[in-house]
Amino acid sequence: MTGEIGQLALTLALALSFVMAGAGLAGARENAVTARGVAGSAALGMLVFVLLAFAALTYAAVTSDFSIVNIANNSSTLKPLIYKITGVWGNHEGSMLLWMLVLTLYTAAIAVFQRGSGRLTSAALGVQGLLAIAFLLFILFTSNPFLRIDPPPFQGAGLNPLLQDPGLALHPPLLYVGYVGLSASFAYAAAALITREADAGWARAARPFMLFAWLSLTLGITLGSWWAYYELGWGGFWFWDPVENASLMPWLVATALLHSALATERTGAFRTWTLLLAIAAFSLSLIGTFLVRSGVLTSVHAFANDPERGMFILLMLVLAIGGALALFAWRAPSLEGGAAFEPVSRESALLVNNVLLTAAAATVFLGTLYPLVLDALTGTKISVGPPYFAATFAPIAVALLVALPFGPRLGWRRGDGAGAVKSLLPAFGVALFAILLVLVFAARHVAAAVLAFGLAAWVIAASALDLARRVGPWRGDLWAAVARLRFVPASAFAVALAHAGLGVTLMGIAGTTLWRAETLSLLAPGESVQVGPYKLTFDGARRVTGPNYFATRADVTVGRGGASLAVMHPEHRMFPTEQQETFETSIRTTGFSDLYMALGDDRGGGRFILRAYYNPLAPFIWFGGGIMALGGLASLWGRIRARVPVPHGQAAAAE
Amino acid sequence: MNRTPSAIRRCGAGLAILMLAAFFSAGAFAEPSPGALPNPAQEARARALQKEFRCVVCQGESLDESRAPLAADLRKLIRARIVAGESDEQIKQFLVSRYGDFILMKPPLQPDTYVLWFGPALVLVVGAGVVVLVIGRARRRARQSPPVV
Repeated sequence: MTGEIGQLALTLALALSFVMAGAGLAGARENAVTARGVAGSAALGMLVFVLLAFAALTYAAVTSDFSIVNIANNSSTLKPLIYKITGVWGNHEGSMLLWMLVLTLYTAAIAVFQRGSGRLTSAALGVQGLLAIAFLLFILFTSNPFLRIDPPPFQGAGLNPLLQDPGLALHPPLLYVGYVGLSASFAYAAAALITREADAGWARAARPFMLFAWLSLTLGITLGSWWAYYELGWGGFWFWDPVENASLMPWLVATALLHSALATERTGAFRTWTLLLAIAAFSLSLIGTFLVRSGVLTSVHAFANDPERGMFILLMLVLAIGGALALFAWRAPSLEGGAAFEPVSRESALLVNNVLLTAAAATVFLGTLYPLVLDALTGTKISVGPPYFAATFAPIAVALLVALPFGPRLGWRRGDGAGAVKSLLPAFGVALFAILLVLVFAARHVAAAVLAFGLAAWVIAASALDLARRVGPWRGDLWAAVARLRFVPASAFAVALAHAGLGVTLMGIAGTTLWRAETLSLLAPGESVQVGPYKLTFDGARRVTGPNYFATRADVTVGRGGASLAVMHPEHRMFPTEQQETFETSIRTTGFSDLYMALGDDRGGGRFILRAYYNPLAPFIWFGGGIMALGGLASLWGRIRARVPVPHGQAAAAE
Repeated sequence: MNRTPSAIRRCGAGLAILMLAAFFSAGAFAEPSPGALPNPAQEARARALQKEFRCVVCQGESLDESRAPLAADLRKLIRARIVAGESDEQIKQFLVSRYGDFILMKPPLQPDTYVLWFGPALVLVVGAGVVVLVIGRARRRARQSPPVV
């Protein structure tokens, strides 16, 4: 029954998506008030049915209903309950349904929060409706999670053990909330083009969605990187793997979009460019989702294995991206453009920011897709690994970080260049001090460390200075200054946090990659090895049994300067249902550095291979990501508090 | 987006058979073994070289990290050649002649990778041009009509 309910709910949602697309687009005309109401109601109705479908699949997973192919292939009765639930989106069909659910949630949010706000929102709902139609057709015809199997198998095939992890349970939903959130800015951009209301209004209406999408994407990427770090057992946090790059590209473009839209909202500058970025950011999200889902990233040949799905995906990409770009090419030239500003101004700084971020995204795009294209066209196989990105991406990032502190200090239209430089002198001093510390204390990779820590200190100090300047702790009472923080606008916190977070992440990346200590040793019980400041003593390994796996668990005593600090337990797990092994790393963090261990092969006689890393500053990588996301949250908070309903058609007049 | 499992993610679908074989014989996973060369300078060279080559049966993993048996063999091979007195360049040439450019983590600079290598610079140059153009125009506009704030 569950399967049929889900199937029916999806079909009804499809019907409603047609209604919403039609009514939404019809409502884009003047005075089509009824159509607008219909579109809004359809959005809410769609939410109900997609929620119902998702609940049906979750129920089937929890009750281990193996008569549904998807559950039989991806679940098993032996799995702990939490992974039965998170396993719902741990496979292709389920994750597409999650994608759809997020899309309907955003659509409903647009319908509710922007109720009665006119042509623009109506057209945006129409565009969301078109996306929903494409997605529901894709799910129903090529990726149906509710297909039955007869006779049902006695036991399911289980979920990949690597996905049976709390970090990975949260990672896809966060990333999807980010990816799909960009559909809202895409829809508003398209709506602005359709209604020719491409003034500041659309950017203002889309901004909360943009911010929410960006901060979810930031958290999703951070969480994914953290998962790779503790789960894969190499101590690495970013592999420039195509799957990772697929999420980095939309993030880079969304970051550019947030900045560009700021100018559009404020002074009407870069109108067409902001529209284009909104289209590009969601296009990259779509490409990212589908590159990963279609398996093309692993091998171009995976595409041919499932031509029906592949062709559908390709068609959808072409229609969505091509359609939006065609609309852009058609309407953008007629937009009145051209802001007026001086070369030294906030607008110029944002322009530089945008060029660098776009170039960074283009670099990742090239590095990720070039090998695929080259293979498809000529059959030549090349690898694009971390050295490529170090040579191309890193210099762009350096330029971005050097320029970053100047932006917030320049006024709109006409900035005070000399004043900005002067006000940044203390930050420059902090950077010099950081460089001095590196020169005194660093033993390895001094040149790279000077650059990285100098830049990190520069960015963080400038951000701190921005806040300090607003409350003036040097004007007497320090506590009074702290109290004055209450009056600092949320947007100032947002800028400071987002920028400082970047600096914190940079410190983590630099500390870990430049100063890591690692050992790989074959240890008999009782033997010791030194890694960084720690002495590790292997006390032996034993067999333990988990809910759905067997494990070999090692006991390793960690000592420092003669004192024993802790016993750590790296594990090697075998999942019999899935016939797979995983390596559970054991990590001991001080907040400033990680001691990281992974258990390797059993070499007989109680001897094991132990891989251990001392990763200085590693936790900063993820702290930084969290701080950036907090910045996004602060900005969102400021928006919500300051929210004044903008009457339809008066958006431009309000400027 | 899902992460594909490390074994699959890292060990390419192109060689599924080899991968399956690896799955079902747990012992076939070969941890980068501590078979270090006694000469520290030579070992350091071996470690550095390992990071430049890709494990050809994996996805995006270097020889240094891979648990695949082939990677273990290649690590041994690199060490044997270092001991035999070959230069890094000779070892690199040997591996490329055997496995093609695919084995290099850093793609070589040649006509079919010009776009890859110079693309980012091109984007930057074009971007810089656009910035100059846009700022120039904005400036002219600003000078013609003083902004109404």
